[in-house]
Amino acid sequence: MPVFLWTDFLLYLLLAGIGLFVFFAARSKPLREPWLRVFRSRMGMASAVVLLAFAIIGILDSVHFRPLQAQAGQDGQPRYAAQIVSVLDVIAGDLAERTEQTYSAPFATRSYVQQVVTDEAGNTRQIFPRLAHGGAHLEGESASVPLDVALRGAAGAIQGLIVWLALAALLVLLLSRRRGLPATTRALWHDQTPLRWRAALLTAAVIAALGGAIIELAGHYHVLGTDKVGQDVLLQAVKSIRTGLLIGTLTTLVMLPFALVLGVMAGYFKGWVDDVIQYLYTTLSSIPGVLLIAAAVLMLQVYMENHPELYRTTTERADLRLLFLCMILGITSWTGLCRLLRAETLKLVELDYVQAANALGVGHMRIMARHILPNVMHIVLIQIVLDFSALVLAEAVLSYIGVGVDPSTESWGNMINGARLEMSRDPVVWWPLAAAFFFMLALVLAANLFADVVRDAFDPRLRGGTGDDSHTPDEQHAQSNVGAR
Amino acid sequence: MLAYIIRRLLYAIPVLIGVNLITFMLFFVVNTPDSIARMQLGAKRVTPAAIEAWKAERGYDRPYFYNAAEDGPNRFTNTIFFDKSVRVMAFDFGRSDDGRSISRDILDRMGPSLALAIPTLLVGLLVNITFALLLVFFRASYIDTAGVVLCVFLMSISSLFYIIGGQYLAGKLMHLVPISGYSPGWDSIKFLILPVIIGVVGGIGAQTRWYRTLFLEEAGKDYVRTARAKGLSELRVLFRHVLKNGMIPILTGVVVILPLLFLGSLIMESFFGIPGLGSYTIDAINKQDFAIVRAMVFLGSVLYIIGLLLTDISYTLVDPRIRLS
Amino acid sequence: MRSPVLSVEDLRTHLKTPDGRLRAVDGISLNLRAGETVALLGESGCGKSMTALSLMRLVPQPAGIHAGGRILLGQGDAQVDLLGLPEVALRRIRGKRIGMIFQEPMSALNPVLSVGEQIAEVLRLHRGLDGAVIRQAGIDLLNEVGMPDPARRWQEYPHQLSGGLKQRVVIAIALAGEPEVLIADEPTTALDVTIQAQILDLLARIQRERGMAMLLITHDLAVVADVADRVAVMYAGRIVELAPRDELFSRPRHPYTRALFRSLPGPDRRGGDLSVIPGTVPPLTQTLPACHFADRCRHAWSDCRARPPAWQGDAQTGVLCHLYDPDYPDHPPPDDALEETPDAGNAITDSPAPADAGPAALSLKGIRVHFPIQKGVFKRTVGHVYAVDGVSLDITPGQTLALVGESGCGKTTLGRAAAQLIRPTEGRIQLGGSNLTDAPRAQLKRSRSDLQMIFQDPFSSMNPRLMVGDIIAEGMQAQGLGGNAEKRRQRAAELLEQVGMTRAALDRYPHEFSGGQRQRICIARALAVDPKVIICDEPTSALDVSVQAQVLNLMQRLQRELGLSYLFITHNMAVVAYMAHEVAVMYLGRIVEQGRADEILDNPRHPYTQALLSATPSIREEDRREIIRLKGDLPSPSHPPAGCHFAPRCPQVMDACRRSYPDARHFSDTHSARCLLYPKDG
Repeated sequence: MPVFLWTDFLLYLLLAGIGLFVFFAARSKPLREPWLRVFRSRMGMASAVVLLAFAIIGILDSVHFRPLQAQAGQDGQPRYAAQIVSVLDVIAGDLAERTEQTYSAPFATRSYVQQVVTDEAGNTRQIFPRLAHGGAHLEGESASVPLDVALRGAAGAIQGLIVWLALAALLVLLLSRRRGLPATTRALWHDQTPLRWRAALLTAAVIAALGGAIIELAGHYHVLGTDKVGQDVLLQAVKSIRTGLLIGTLTTLVMLPFALVLGVMAGYFKGWVDDVIQYLYTTLSSIPGVLLIAAAVLMLQVYMENHPELYRTTTERADLRLLFLCMILGITSWTGLCRLLRAETLKLVELDYVQAANALGVGHMRIMARHILPNVMHIVLIQIVLDFSALVLAEAVLSYIGVGVDPSTESWGNMINGARLEMSRDPVVWWPLAAAFFFMLALVLAANLFADVVRDAFDPRLRGGTGDDSHTPDEQHAQSNVGAR
Repeated sequence: MLAYIIRRLLYAIPVLIGVNLITFMLFFVVNTPDSIARMQLGAKRVTPAAIEAWKAERGYDRPYFYNAAEDGPNRFTNTIFFDKSVRVMAFDFGRSDDGRSISRDILDRMGPSLALAIPTLLVGLLVNITFALLLVFFRASYIDTAGVVLCVFLMSISSLFYIIGGQYLAGKLMHLVPISGYSPGWDSIKFLILPVIIGVVGGIGAQTRWYRTLFLEEAGKDYVRTARAKGLSELRVLFRHVLKNGMIPILTGVVVILPLLFLGSLIMESFFGIPGLGSYTIDAINKQDFAIVRAMVFLGSVLYIIGLLLTDISYTLVDPRIRLS
Repeated sequence: MRSPVLSVEDLRTHLKTPDGRLRAVDGISLNLRAGETVALLGESGCGKSMTALSLMRLVPQPAGIHAGGRILLGQGDAQVDLLGLPEVALRRIRGKRIGMIFQEPMSALNPVLSVGEQIAEVLRLHRGLDGAVIRQAGIDLLNEVGMPDPARRWQEYPHQLSGGLKQRVVIAIALAGEPEVLIADEPTTALDVTIQAQILDLLARIQRERGMAMLLITHDLAVVADVADRVAVMYAGRIVELAPRDELFSRPRHPYTRALFRSLPGPDRRGGDLSVIPGTVPPLTQTLPACHFADRCRHAWSDCRARPPAWQGDAQTGVLCHLYDPDYPDHPPPDDALEETPDAGNAITDSPAPADAGPAALSLKGIRVHFPIQKGVFKRTVGHVYAVDGVSLDITPGQTLALVGESGCGKTTLGRAAAQLIRPTEGRIQLGGSNLTDAPRAQLKRSRSDLQMIFQDPFSSMNPRLMVGDIIAEGMQAQGLGGNAEKRRQRAAELLEQVGMTRAALDRYPHEFSGGQRQRICIARALAVDPKVIICDEPTSALDVSVQAQVLNLMQRLQRELGLSYLFITHNMAVVAYMAHEVAVMYLGRIVEQGRADEILDNPRHPYTQALLSATPSIREEDRREIIRLKGDLPSPSHPPAGCHFAPRCPQVMDACRRSYPDARHFSDTHSARCLLYPKDG
């Protein structure tokens, strides 16, 4: 039985929006042109592919349902499990159930923690017990582990590459519709296609090989070890992707309408409308971001504690909290964009084409919709991609402070928070931190690189256009806003 | 100039009232004092009597805005709104849940916060401006490209990892400095070195890249061409012309956050056990001590508004074009 | 003959662009002798500014490449090739032996350094001065460039100076190193006519006194006519003609130069069409084994497109054209006289305005536009900017009224107020019979279709996100004209054809068109709602001369065909002379003189009009008047001088002028001026 969580719903809405945009962009040159510039950059192509891989995982993890249970209910109706699972959980199979006793290192076959066991003779010994699942297929000594890992990894990588080959072939066929197969292949090989498909294919190949190897290995080992309660760290890190993506995108989705409407209105109507809107955002932005978020989340906790009727399951509860967190982050972060839009609108209103529309008797709403809005969208877009990575990073800090996502939600922040004391253990338990580190780094780095390319492609100032006031102070504002300092 | 400052200060009043209303709504309207009491007391001890006692102890047992049971002005003053919000406007923050004076605590804890924040800011500025100028000097070369890539890489790492990694390397592996703790006076230096270094390193990526953008933008302007046409050397052009103009946004950006330094940094202080206002806030959040959080929200807004005013004034000092009116 | 101080041999400068290598400077040879002014003349994008930057080796990096040639500075043994020098040695030449003046005085000075510091920098570096001597030397320098009150200005920052004064500072900086060669890149383009006259004067004087060689880069033939000794005409990266000034003006040789001269507007071209140069400059990203002008040349034949022309002449004078090549005897050079334009037959006789042609098309009565200045704690209004201060004008149906004035005089504000884009503080605007100023919203909206506007900047006057078809249809849609979308589109296509474009433009975006084409589209947009009056705010001042001719021709034709009335706002007297039936001269928010075009141009009465006309450089020797020098700049419109606003700058000022603003004095039914020099009416 499908289940629609609130965040799922909003994510679908976002995807539908993107789909609609692609539909229109395919028909409108000014909409399409800057995006083509993005994909004419190797860096843009490569980082887009990485982001796409993350997005696919996040979307798979956002299709929720309650699995059908084996035996039907008493009244003949099918019975569904109480637990909500996602498609990603199904793909991960029983990885979630294959828990160990406690810590185990990546690819270990034995526990990381000594245990006292009593053998048949009644002697107590301290041993590192064999893991229940990690490397369980191996019968002999652990010396064969590196070889086994290499072989299985290679096999997985090859499977991944086969899938990649199929995709690549499909792409080549699509591309060759216009120029014929040999010419297309040659252009692709020499990186002479108008859009940098070669960079995309190479990145995809790396992802496919890595992914194939990990999927293959994850069936037999704990690739990134297990945590204190014996859960697979890889699974946690992968499940955290959805949280990171949602925080990065939904927050913007929530705040966008406010920022757009208020910013454009303030700049267009000026006068008292401008005064009221300016007062609103000065007041909101004068409260330090972290404190406002902390206060709001604290109150949210109390509120949700006192209103248990809002959710039925712990999953729904965690989801609701995630949604509220996005809203709170949105409320604290719309002011920066609003200020930028106001400033840009003030400039646009003075431009001749807006004056010409006035002289033709075009109405206010129509001028705003036709002449102002499309010409400030590049600022919105640049701000969205810049905010994305800042928000992903902010989630970690907020969860660490204790005002982030629900403790039961898988997130990198919660992983770091849970692992905060592990660095002072002896010997050190490093893998949960390392896992969170690399997954976050991959996502944020790709997002930052992509943001760079997008900004270069969209910002008229950087393309030698007319100069205007700098956006950059607010870019910095966005980054320090959530208090990573 | 004076008229401008007075006008800005007058404008601060409605803003602070707005902040106050927002906090009041957040803390008393979203959740009633009853439900907060229930939450704070925990499931076991919740009895109506316990809730009433809890509220009475904190003065939450009064009406929100209008107390019909009182006479004269007390009808308005003996209310939650007056006691909890209006008093805050006069910097009377009241007492925390464990009965300590919040104003006293704030004064005590400002010192350590500043001892950490000021060196971090100054060293950071020096390092980042130097790096940014270097990148601009080598602009459009491989050094520049590599520097920018490195910056993007550095800024993609969560600050938490800088702290955890730094503590692990310096404190645990090399046993150079204590990894956390604080003692007042000159002794504090050994506790502060590590957090300052980590704070600076953690900021290099984003800041250097931003400063580089600012300097590059200046370097592309017409007056720089005039300076070159005068026969000035590239270094002189950079230091005398580009730096001076590029510093305007940097300095004013710093001035905005200057007052906020009093609030300290939340995670740095809590990681390194420095008894400043940042860790004070974190502790209050963890203990759910709303009186402290409210006080900090208000204090933060006041400092931010002061920061904005200082920014405007600093503009007139560094940029001859701007005169306030 | 003196040997040159600077000689350029086959200079090539390329720019790396996304579309490939742009050959901005494609083999230029030129030399400059001491005491000589050579003008490098060309339209935008021809590579003249890049040539100037190349001479200083200041081509933007890393895109710019010095691809070849030599730049020799000095004479005999001391001669050095600037392209071969290391950067360190070059620094001792920049600012010391070659000085440079840039186009935009607004941005050429460092905003955070005082005027003194910026000049002192050069004195310290190149003249080894120090301490108090610097200040004295600097103030002397400021004195030399005609800076009023130089000791005070020494302390001030660039933003405290007007455009003209800033340009004087830039000149002082260029002179501070006592250079042998001065390169001036469009030094007066950003300035008003009266200020332009001051600066050109100054440059000519300094050059004479110091005996420098000067390279003056400009697009303005009239400026060339004023100050140049020799002229190099540049087209698409090459010098196409080099000649002494008088020879060039009396006997232009290259077809491009000839076409350029013919496209100039002026009083003698009234009523006829201006000649235009068809086509566009070829893209310089490809190497052309041909004459760059061949595709636009009316004399071109197959050889012009097959091989590049050879230079016919020597280092002092010559032409780059196959017509003058003795190897092509079949194609003799054209006659000396500029042949008449082929479409001159279209000329109509210019009838003087009929005295009583019924009600005015647009009538402005006592228009005032005041912007409040707010100060203090509560933003009280402490004063006003009197942008427009009581202007009355009548535009005769089917005629053009030119509104002339310098920047800041309020002419653009008046135009916007007339178009109801700004609400006037006071006054009545009557369009046809109806009053617009207190019309209800709905009526105002409807009347907008009768009154349209064309703007100065062709790049910001169209929404870059809309297709041309939608841009043109927008007005019809807003006014509910033209039926359904299909019919509107059909109408838009007709309009495009009417302004000389094809209907293929409908589905293209503004950025795909050149400046001139965009201005045509803007005209089509205005025509879409069938206006009676069009307010044209400097519609051609952002365009090159040859393109300007196309737009002016179009506007003339539309006026004849559709009976349009124009309020033509401009600062360009040549355009006024060509276009206008009536002229109104505006100074500091008020009209100081108005009348029929011939009255104003031939017999200006107000001293300001006289100064304005005299300061306009003219390419014809016989048209040149004694330049009347105006002191100082336009005063601030928030504090207009007492009495006649022009009194502080007026060469013929009397005591009475400072007491009260003069009323109008009439010289004919149509001609009047507000000046005390003339007797009161009646």
